[in-house]
Amino acid sequence: MQKLLLLGAEAIAQGAIDGGMSGIYAYPGTPSTEITEYVQKSKAADKRKIHSQWSANEKTAMEAALGMSYAGKRAMVCMKHVGLNVAADAFVNSAITGVNGGLIVTVADDPSMHSSQNEQDSRFFGKFAMIPILEPSNQQEAYNMAYEGFELSEKFKIPVLLRITTRLSHSRAGVQTKENKPQNPLTYPEDPIQFVLLPSNARKRYKDLLALQDLIDEDSEKSIYNFYFDGSDKSLGIISCGIAYNYLMENYPERNCPFPILKLGQYPLPHFKVEKIVNECRNVLVLEDGYPFVEEQLKSFLDKSGKIKGRLDGTIPRDGELNPNIVGKSLGKPVKTSFAIPKIVANRPPELCSGCSHRDIYNALNETMKEFGKQKVFSDIGCYTLGALPPWNSINSCVDMGASITMAKGAADAGVRPSVAVIGDSTFTHSGMTALLDCVYENTPVTIIISDNSTTAMTGGQESHATGRLEEICVGLGVKPEHVRVLTPLPKYHDEMVEVLREELTYEGVSVVIPRRECIQTATRSKKESKAKGEEVTT
Amino acid sequence: MKTNIILAGVGGQGILSIAAVVGMAALENNLYLKQSEVHGMSQRGGAVQSHLRISDKEIASDLIPEGTADIIISVEPMESLRYLPWLKENGWIVTNTTPFVNIPDYPNIQDLIGAIEKFPHQISLNADEIARQVKSVKSSNMVVLGAASPFIDIPYASFENGIRQIFGRKGEKVVQLNLNAMKAGREFSEKKRKHN
Ligand SMILES: Cc1ncc(C[n+]2csc(CCOP(=O)(O)OP(=O)(O)O)c2C)c(N)n1
Repeated sequence: MQKLLLLGAEAIAQGAIDGGMSGIYAYPGTPSTEITEYVQKSKAADKRKIHSQWSANEKTAMEAALGMSYAGKRAMVCMKHVGLNVAADAFVNSAITGVNGGLIVTVADDPSMHSSQNEQDSRFFGKFAMIPILEPSNQQEAYNMAYEGFELSEKFKIPVLLRITTRLSHSRAGVQTKENKPQNPLTYPEDPIQFVLLPSNARKRYKDLLALQDLIDEDSEKSIYNFYFDGSDKSLGIISCGIAYNYLMENYPERNCPFPILKLGQYPLPHFKVEKIVNECRNVLVLEDGYPFVEEQLKSFLDKSGKIKGRLDGTIPRDGELNPNIVGKSLGKPVKTSFAIPKIVANRPPELCSGCSHRDIYNALNETMKEFGKQKVFSDIGCYTLGALPPWNSINSCVDMGASITMAKGAADAGVRPSVAVIGDSTFTHSGMTALLDCVYENTPVTIIISDNSTTAMTGGQESHATGRLEEICVGLGVKPEHVRVLTPLPKYHDEMVEVLREELTYEGVSVVIPRRECIQTATRSKKESKAKGEEVTT
Repeated sequence: MKTNIILAGVGGQGILSIAAVVGMAALENNLYLKQSEVHGMSQRGGAVQSHLRISDKEIASDLIPEGTADIIISVEPMESLRYLPWLKENGWIVTNTTPFVNIPDYPNIQDLIGAIEKFPHQISLNADEIARQVKSVKSSNMVVLGAASPFIDIPYASFENGIRQIFGRKGEKVVQLNLNAMKAGREFSEKKRKHN
């Protein structure tokens, strides 16, 4: 037991380690990546033989965690919010099967889309699956919730959703750790068909889940994370969810908020406490990061009273993350800024690193596409998405992982020639392989460029499941070996790359081009690491 | 005491190392600390910032409210101006003057320096040059931290211990280079303040 300075993400990892976890499963994704990375680096986790290798995607991670839970052990699965879309089938059904060992599904949402395609709110998924949701307001609670979450899951025999947002995940503060709990022994579920969701059993399991709802409501009602602070001024009541509580308190440095506050950290909503604050106060302000999840539940469709204030009535902006100023404004506290940003300050968007292999393939692709016309290149999610920005302007889509290949297929079916996909190696093994199989199945004329930098670069350089096996996978899926072309993306091979691209773009069938050169970041890092210690390096 | 610090720079310039050193120094003095950082997309050569809050009382928000930062510490001149709405009226700007030019419309450096020097409370220094002088070329971030250290109410020895803890696993030589860089920055800053 010690005091550590931890990111919210790291606090969850440490809480899970101390809470008796036997395995963590995840695919990287900002802002969730650091949870698993922390376990991978933890000496304690290593000593306790906690599984922490990356999974191919969020769905495989969710399923592996469920399998570990089936065997009686405590497991955690982590992902970013859009990862839960990928894992949704397994996730929703895991509430029906229930668990054996405790299972925590940790999902990091990204309001304001610092590094994401959307700002969806995972609490809706938790409600949809009808399981308890925990939402910490600070790093200590993040630790505690992970530490205790396995027991909550085991108490009701269903998974628990732990929801955090970018700000908490990537902010550091002191965390007091607790005593290490032992891992569970290997046990099988009491009922051998608990996990068999044949309709006959699924109907029974679903009724069990419905019957549990009163109990998880009651648990929320009693939860220490749902706390009612009384206040003398009942003209306003404030409901704060998770981290919003901190922004609220920031506006009362002396901790003298005159209004009653309901601080929420566990869902389903605690009915009595919510009713109390709504009945006692003239107006109710709902502060929540993400979608108006609580606000919508309070504000019924037919209610025209205008009593509930929040994102839906414009008191708080409808989109984007909260901050102390937005919360202050909603309480009528003006923001006092002294300086504006001078006009001279230019935008500085992210860019492909100098020396990055994606640069070379985009240069070659742009030159080749001059002959074939514009707007025919579908792409995907990763560092290479920056090829959508100047000076390249090479790609025309980025939707969800794997979509480049299947969108190129659909466009080819519609008559687009050539129809091109640009995808990263890790994204390809995450969700591109089944898409390629669709193309092979119909021999659709598409050219798929797998820009292979042999890592998952965008999220910080985690190992890629694709490394060393891309050609085999493509040929195994049915691409003709002569149309799997490997290139070395370097300026000196520019003409050669253009030549190969031209050949494959005119081929009326499935072709895969693999420009392969290690990510400049991971290459530099491993060079530094292999150099003797004592060199002049700071990072 | 309560100090709100905005750290600014470009992804990869080492502002998180500054944050880590200050964090260690704060812990050694039993102060509360909250530090929010940027991971992900913008680390690829984009503008990055970190909010660092130190206090002897518990800190509520991970984010600094606008208009309340005591110092902006920047490892790049243009970036020192990007977060001005956060700076309080009498707040300080401590910034490196070596530009990091990775965009086509990067402003004229003299105009930038001019905009910075308009502030009554600022220390601007060529941290890259100072780092070279003390043969710690890669530690310009620690030069900037050194220049900012007089404005943070923590004993200097604690910053030194912070460097030892953060860089310790990279060996004694790296520790020493960073210590030298920080010291050079601090001396510059103290001299400059005496002149003002
Ligand atoms: C469903 C989902 N999971 C995770 C992410 C986060 N993510 C974005 S890009 C990326 C990695 C891409 O790696 P790769 O395809 O190899 O491209 P690179 O960044 O290396 O160029 C990840 C994990 C996401 N956006 N969506």
